[in-house]
Amino acid sequence: MATYSTNEFRSGLKILLDGDPYNIVENEFVKPGKGQAFNRARVRNLKTGRTVEKTWKSGETVEAADIFEKPLQYLYSDGEFWYFMEPETFEQLGADEAAMGESLQWIKEEDVCMVTLWNGQPLVVEAPNFVELQITDTDPGVRGDTSGGGGKPATLETGAVVRVPLFVNQGEVIKVDTRTGEYVSRVKE
Amino acid sequence: MPINDQCIRWQPTAEFGARRLRADLYRYIRDYFSEQGVLEVETPLLSSAANSDPAIESITADAGGHCRYLRTSPEFPLKRLLCHHSSAIYELGKVFRASEQGSSHNPEFTMLEWYRPGWDHLQLADEVIELVSGSTKRSLNVQRLSYQDLFDDALGIDALDGKTDDIVAAAEKRGAPTGLNKQQALDYLLSAVIAPSFGNRQLTLITGFPAAQAALSRIDPNDARVCQRFELYVGSAELANGYHELTDPAEQARRFQSDQQTRQRNGQAVSVLDQRLIAALQAGLESCAGVAVGIDRWLMWLGGYDRIGQVLNFDWESA
Repeated sequence: MATYSTNEFRSGLKILLDGDPYNIVENEFVKPGKGQAFNRARVRNLKTGRTVEKTWKSGETVEAADIFEKPLQYLYSDGEFWYFMEPETFEQLGADEAAMGESLQWIKEEDVCMVTLWNGQPLVVEAPNFVELQITDTDPGVRGDTSGGGGKPATLETGAVVRVPLFVNQGEVIKVDTRTGEYVSRVKE
Repeated sequence: MPINDQCIRWQPTAEFGARRLRADLYRYIRDYFSEQGVLEVETPLLSSAANSDPAIESITADAGGHCRYLRTSPEFPLKRLLCHHSSAIYELGKVFRASEQGSSHNPEFTMLEWYRPGWDHLQLADEVIELVSGSTKRSLNVQRLSYQDLFDDALGIDALDGKTDDIVAAAEKRGAPTGLNKQQALDYLLSAVIAPSFGNRQLTLITGFPAAQAALSRIDPNDARVCQRFELYVGSAELANGYHELTDPAEQARRFQSDQQTRQRNGQAVSVLDQRLIAALQAGLESCAGVAVGIDRWLMWLGGYDRIGQVLNFDWESA
């Protein structure tokens, strides 16, 4: 079983705590000149997204979490799992709803997502930062309005709802920032 | 030769202003000691014996088939100089400590250490405060507290006479790992809980450390629970550690042996004891006080930097 000494702690290191995988966000070394040294780290639970602070005696070892990130292509969903393909081996992996999180409202078939794998299984699926999606439903625009004063809701082909400027119409393709869920621009076909 | 396609960071980690600040501080320190008649001396970086302190690990160097230790402080050779000729001396130079790396730790750092024959630790603490205060135009507030009062004021804990279980529980309640002993729990509370709350313009002098943390200081002849050791914090950073120095060679040998036993128990490297220091103490060390000051943290405080790399031209990662 792989382990890390606290001396190897740095941001981005993936460790196992109480059976859950964590990412080290920040590590601080605390030591009185003549006394016990400690490593105090902010760690993020990769399953829940929650961040906590934890302290170790320096030199202690912590189990490593078998975590890595891979770009995988989204294939389809059967309603319970969202299936992704490893582009080189054609191996298929199913992500559950918890792993999909908010990403499921942004992605469509063939999109490539960054997938965090824990022991080879999808743990977190990240939608691309920007996606281009067609508007399937929105109220007709108001003539003469060119800027987005208040805007209006628009339903996209994936089911997501975003606020768009009044001049944007049903059937158009728009670019959305998935991190904020905000409209960025129209996409000219 | 690979071509540097700008992926390799070669630039210093400190801005130019920090270089000037360091040069100015060195000049200030040397002027101060010159005026005071304290002699600047130089001692070896590589020693045949290591520091025995279980809380400090030496970096070793291969000296052509045998091992030498990079000094963790100049304390032992400076004391040997004092045993040879008792006069006020200081050294300003690099020291090394394995695996000490963080926002205020770099494994290679600069230490100022000086000794005052005939003084006790409280007189020396006053001089440290004077020296540090004189390095800035900022108006400072100086707090003087005993270790026991500090813990009582900050946390309502009796650091000297409190029960081990209570002190350990207090540390765990504030995020300490489990399995600490009493001194480790106190270390945690001071460095992770109490010191971070010190104000930036505050100098905090802590005296009356528990006897178990005496290191190389004398036990207080009037109160065996405490030792004649002080620490000075600038803001929340531990800057100086000083002692009314232990001069008894037999007691020194006992503390070395106790350190070695602790190291053995912990599975740490056990290296050769510095017999030359013991021999020098047998020849006689005049009563004196000594202190070590972390120059890089001093610079961080003066320049308002929050990472040690900002005052080192090339920090550990880029050295």
